[in-house]
Amino acid sequence: MPEDVWIIGASMTKFGRYPDKDVLDLAAEAALAALDDSSTTIADIQILAVGCLFEANAMVGQRLLSQIGQTGIPVYNVANACATGATALRTVIMSIKAGESDIGLAVGVEQMGKAGLLGPAGQGKPKRKVFEPRGRYGAVTNVEGVLGTQLMPGVFAQAGMEYAYENEGVGFEQFAKVAEKNHAHSTLNPLAQYQKRFTLDEVMSAEMIAYPNTLLMCCPTGDGAAAAVVASGTKLKSMPLEIQRRAVKVAASVMTSDPWAEGGQAQPDVNTLTRLAAARAYEEAGVGPADLDLVELHDCFATAELIHYDNLGLCEPGGAGEFIDRGAPWRDGSIPVNVSGGLLSKGHPLGATGIANVYEVTQHLRGEAAERQIEGARVGLTHVIGLGSACCVHILTR
Amino acid sequence: MAKQVPIVDYLVLGDPPRLEVSTCTACGAGFFDRRIRCGRCGGRDFERRVVPATGIVRTFTIVHRAAPGTPTPYVSAVVELDDGTRVKANLLGVEPDPKAITLGMKVELATFVAETDDEGTEAVAFGFRPLNGGKGFSDA
Ligand SMILES: [Zn+2]
Repeated sequence: MPEDVWIIGASMTKFGRYPDKDVLDLAAEAALAALDDSSTTIADIQILAVGCLFEANAMVGQRLLSQIGQTGIPVYNVANACATGATALRTVIMSIKAGESDIGLAVGVEQMGKAGLLGPAGQGKPKRKVFEPRGRYGAVTNVEGVLGTQLMPGVFAQAGMEYAYENEGVGFEQFAKVAEKNHAHSTLNPLAQYQKRFTLDEVMSAEMIAYPNTLLMCCPTGDGAAAAVVASGTKLKSMPLEIQRRAVKVAASVMTSDPWAEGGQAQPDVNTLTRLAAARAYEEAGVGPADLDLVELHDCFATAELIHYDNLGLCEPGGAGEFIDRGAPWRDGSIPVNVSGGLLSKGHPLGATGIANVYEVTQHLRGEAAERQIEGARVGLTHVIGLGSACCVHILTR
Repeated sequence: MAKQVPIVDYLVLGDPPRLEVSTCTACGAGFFDRRIRCGRCGGRDFERRVVPATGIVRTFTIVHRAAPGTPTPYVSAVVELDDGTRVKANLLGVEPDPKAITLGMKVELATFVAETDDEGTEAVAFGFRPLNGGKGFSDA
């Protein structure tokens, strides 16, 4: 029987722009706060996993230890697109389950600045241009914008519109309502990059980026870090009662990649692997969607959040439009979703996101989420997708 | 006439131009890219197969903000061809306006010159246009 795994410390920096800091400043701030939160020090930590997508080959984990304490422990630097932070967390969880460590630290960090649109485009042109087939499709030139789009805003717009094609009652307005909600939620979160409420009309009439996603329906780029201290059940029993009282159980930790699906080659399929991850997580945790008190899911675009209501089983099959129309995912609704403000408003420093959502749920389960506390929360779910694709779902309970 | 090459190798120029997939002989899955094994069943043998030139729009987006150098707005779509194969491309000959495009509308393959290189060779790309011609027929 593998060990129970518990979150005993969690933290995140405020998300935003930090031109005067580097990834080590941000990672150290989050790591040290998580250690303090668990009343431990770096000397107690037996494994470190760090996710930083833009500096994935730069040994950020070891450089972090050189700043906060070089103890010779194993360090894993991981990268998994937008699931990078969750992958770091899961690496520590796996080590504890395997019995190799009984307390570890996971850190996610990113410094993006104003990165603009994300995706494989805009490569420099050679001086003399002569068509020559390259790559596995034999492309003779850049195909972005010529054979459709593979940039993030368009990909997620198309994912949403495909749901609208397959289901009734979904259109521009339903997608926009998601952003209206998350911006409203963010006004209660002092760590969110933006804390400004917008009307539905303001959301819908903002600059169109990729129909149906307007600017206010796309997450911003930004900087930030998040961290979690994770311990085995056996270790937790030896720790002070106050730490035990505040500990949150990792009831499920699941990662999936894309199973083959028709159409997966035409555009990334963000549905199938999410459904697979959710099913496995509910089984592992022994809970169902009706048991969830809050959900932090991957709303990189408003269209994405809407389809994940269905993928995670929060609504009736095909019923995501009706679900948002009746206000179910608002903080006073039947299943509050992204009460942190979500990626749309809290921000999305890529590597930090998959731990920041765990921080958010942890705060609620401890009853420490201040103004935005969901009263009596006992079960929460976190979800991220890294396009390409990697999906992580964690279910936390207390 | 200028020399022409297809922009990707799954577009085969000819009269008419067509799209081809590598089809797994074991399970029938079709792939546009150069394959090692079948991603669905692990099969190792493939044969080339021409896919239909007509289908329906499963989903679309109208891209207003794009990478530098890409003219906007344009309509990107995923088309489900009549045999179920799905392919991504731009919609041609439709206004970049959600009112002009209907999910499920019928479209057909069309080609156009996308770019010319320094030797005068033309790269021919493909897209899909509404099956009965004209500018979107979907205001109904
Ligand atoms: Zn096969």
